[in-house]
Amino acid sequence: MAEVEGGGCELFSAGHRACGGCGPALAARLLLKATGKNAILAASTGCMEVFSTPYPETAWGVPWIHSLFENAAAVASGIEASLKKQGRSEKVLCVCGDGATFDIGVLCISGAFERGHDITYICYDNEAYMNTGIQRSGATPYGASTTTSPAGKCSPGNLHPKKDMPGILAAHGAPYVATASIAYPNDFMQKVERAINTPGPCYIQVHTPCCTGWGFESGETLAMAKLAIETGLWVNYEMVDGVVEKAKKVRRKPVEEYLAKQKRFRHLFKPARQDDMIANIQAVADANAERFGIDIKKKESSE
Amino acid sequence: MLEFMEGSHAVAEIVKRCRPQVIAAYPITPQTHIVEDLAQMVANCEIDAEYITVESEFSALSACLGASAAGSRVYSATTSQGLALMFEVCFNAAGMRQPIVMTIANRSLGAPLSIWNDQQDSISLRDSGWLQFYAEDNQEAADLHMIAYKVCEDHDVLLPAFVCFDGFILTHTYEPVTLPTQEEVDAYLPAFTPYQRLDAANPLSLGMYATPEYYMEFRYEVDRAMERAKQAFIKAGREFGEQFGRDYSALVEGYRLEDADTALVAMGSICGTAKDAIDEMREHGRKVGLLKIRTYRPFPAQEIANALKGVSTVAVLDKNISLGNGGAVGIEVKSALYGSGAAVYDYIIALGGRDVRKKDIAAVVDLAEKGKGDMFYGLRTEVL
Repeated sequence: MAEVEGGGCELFSAGHRACGGCGPALAARLLLKATGKNAILAASTGCMEVFSTPYPETAWGVPWIHSLFENAAAVASGIEASLKKQGRSEKVLCVCGDGATFDIGVLCISGAFERGHDITYICYDNEAYMNTGIQRSGATPYGASTTTSPAGKCSPGNLHPKKDMPGILAAHGAPYVATASIAYPNDFMQKVERAINTPGPCYIQVHTPCCTGWGFESGETLAMAKLAIETGLWVNYEMVDGVVEKAKKVRRKPVEEYLAKQKRFRHLFKPARQDDMIANIQAVADANAERFGIDIKKKESSE
Repeated sequence: MLEFMEGSHAVAEIVKRCRPQVIAAYPITPQTHIVEDLAQMVANCEIDAEYITVESEFSALSACLGASAAGSRVYSATTSQGLALMFEVCFNAAGMRQPIVMTIANRSLGAPLSIWNDQQDSISLRDSGWLQFYAEDNQEAADLHMIAYKVCEDHDVLLPAFVCFDGFILTHTYEPVTLPTQEEVDAYLPAFTPYQRLDAANPLSLGMYATPEYYMEFRYEVDRAMERAKQAFIKAGREFGEQFGRDYSALVEGYRLEDADTALVAMGSICGTAKDAIDEMREHGRKVGLLKIRTYRPFPAQEIANALKGVSTVAVLDKNISLGNGGAVGIEVKSALYGSGAAVYDYIIALGGRDVRKKDIAAVVDLAEKGKGDMFYGLRTEVL
């Protein structure tokens, strides 16, 4: 294993086939830095699976299994049961995209969480089906244009709000649920460490911008992830036993700063500016800020 | 010791003695008694297994796949709609070469909804890469589970297997069954030695995707393993016979075929009825016999051709239909007998649990000998 600057072992090899500037690839690399070698991963079908394991090559330095699109949580349930029976110590994780998590895999995830398997489920959320060509998923944000929710003469893009998967899994009794972002690598890695060391089913949803699917320059991936946080459209928080404990506070920027930089929201500005849609998206950020209390108040900032 | 017990209970008892480490199953009629019995055995610490009460059949087989890949012997059971829900995982588990043993309590598929027996469910998974064994009675159903684990886990095979026995007709029927002791089963079936497993000490990637440069070779390898499974089954069946006195070394089994002019071909419990019907027909001087197919996958085409040499008329009893082209077994028997000169007729019979009596078997033989076949048998007259 190659040592990298700053120490730490690289268990996710370079040379895989992800796009330049791929957010999920960075998440995979950070994830394995956090888990170390004593982990077994169950993956869903999707971008990460395809770019990391074209036979006979693999980028994974830990045991990794891919079965189907929607069954990683059930496969992980079986792995966990097997390890338990054998008295083995490896941590069992799922690594799945948002389509596999929010949509097609919900049945298996719900079952695994309800049964309380000791697994950590990582959803890398790039907010659409990127592997098949940028189709809408339950994680696609309001107002985004995708290939199956395209903006057109009589549609302003996706009109459904993003599904609250962390809330759904917290409602299953998950002891630890967190959201994270590749813009804050240490925070993500600390959350992974906490999750794998918390008995029972834990869930982490990590925001992983996709330059290809969202339409921004590949050098802007981290900047885009950061802007999502700074506008309040993505909130990094932790829920312990269903209660929000920590949420990252920000001095919020208007959502327009985030939207205007991405092709998936371009229809909100050109050919004509759609103030109502932009206002609706601002309202999503405002509601997030209210729910999680992320706004740094003037008084706090002067301290 | 011969004991009188329900078919499902006999299967559960033998599965227990096969020592699966992980069991994942979802209840569905008529499979329920098996998984209930196993759950009680786990609750009573009679079996040292993790029992995963999954939320669907889809997850049942997915969990088995994960547990098998992690190095455990696994077990599941299902039927009908449940097997249909597992369709995707079935192909996947075979392609990933996981030696999973699953009981199929054969049942028809909807619509219309029917909980009763035919063999449409497992037959529909014909091309999935699973070995398929069919039991005539509850003794054979129990015994085939031990053989199935031995064949599946053979490193020359490494494929999953269905052990199929007819829903209700066998699952819920009490018959005398001899169950081997735990020590006897242990002597026959050694502990599971995985070919490879998910292990942090030796990280492997399993279930990668294959480009057109590689995909076909994976399918070729599964097909070769299917072929090798024939020899593995014969060997495991012979060893079983040597230890327990019941020989299963044949992929097909003939009954009064020696001088037969007409042969029935069938799978599962209908073979028992056919044997009785044949005995009666023989008393009337009719030269009729039966060829029972025990392994539908791998398909014993050569064995069928050999066994039916000299037979002039063949009547295949199909408890399934490949809609648009007749019964699935009939199609394959015709292919196996191509060029033999025998007249082969197919009969779609007993779908959705319709009863088959000895006189029905005799009627089918009459039809075949008159050159009338490739038809449904026993339809209500109002549809004709």
